[in-house]
Amino acid sequence: MMMDWLMGLLGGLMIGSAGALLLLVNGRIMGISGIFGGLLDGTGWSNAAERAAFVLGLVAMPAVMWLVWPVATHVTGNWAVIVVGGMMVGLGTWLANGCTSGHGVCGMSRLSPRSIVATAVYVGAGFATMAVMRHVAGVL
Amino acid sequence: MWRGCYRVMRVMFSLISGALFGAGLVISGMTDTAKVQGFLDIFGAWNPTLAFVMGGAMLPMAIAWRVAARRKTTALGLPFPTMPEARFDHNLIGGSVLFGMGWALVGFCPGPAIAALTFGGMGGVVFLIAMSAAMLVAPLLLDRRPTQAKRT
Repeated sequence: MMMDWLMGLLGGLMIGSAGALLLLVNGRIMGISGIFGGLLDGTGWSNAAERAAFVLGLVAMPAVMWLVWPVATHVTGNWAVIVVGGMMVGLGTWLANGCTSGHGVCGMSRLSPRSIVATAVYVGAGFATMAVMRHVAGVL
Repeated sequence: MWRGCYRVMRVMFSLISGALFGAGLVISGMTDTAKVQGFLDIFGAWNPTLAFVMGGAMLPMAIAWRVAARRKTTALGLPFPTMPEARFDHNLIGGSVLFGMGWALVGFCPGPAIAALTFGGMGGVVFLIAMSAAMLVAPLLLDRRPTQAKRT
């Protein structure tokens, strides 16, 4: 457990450094739902190359690390949950204009009131959903 | 030509930032849906790892914002993003509620879901397709800026 926390801290520092680099060099906020969503709906096509390069790095680095680093993920086998969850994350982050990286990491560290509120709300909704779906409904 | 060189630099730094972000997600364990869901499970076997990741990420980012505040432009001479108006509309709140619910259901938010593309299995791929479909269709049906009319 202790090791998990240390790796979390180290990985977190890397995530924050990635955001700092993007801000101080490119003047962009490292918000994944925005970077990726802008490529999908056309609102970000004016700087599509910049966005695509970020997404490419985000996919390619873990793909290479996977060969030497013990990565495990535990995506549920319940397809209905996956599809509904995916659509909620897509619609929700689009409506709220940000996700864990944009509102959470970048916005909160800037003390942006919108981001602090968004983060409090999605973490709260996450706590509540997990409590109900795992401990009451027994789905998760 | 100078301008073209700058454009290449921007794309290059985006690639580096994306790669560093991806590495950080893998090392921190945030591509593992079980760890994320463990953080959200405050009534079960609570896993605080995500809090350490968030704390670790906010440190360099907070320093970067302080540096940005003292400078007029970025290292490439570009403007810094402006602070959005503190407006708490239905879209911010309702969207965040929806996002939090979906996040708990699967344990993926957009960054880790994309980072796990090559090792997340069919489930991860289907999640990405569903997420992308919603991001693609939402702008056709909804307006996320209801307050814009007031401003003009």
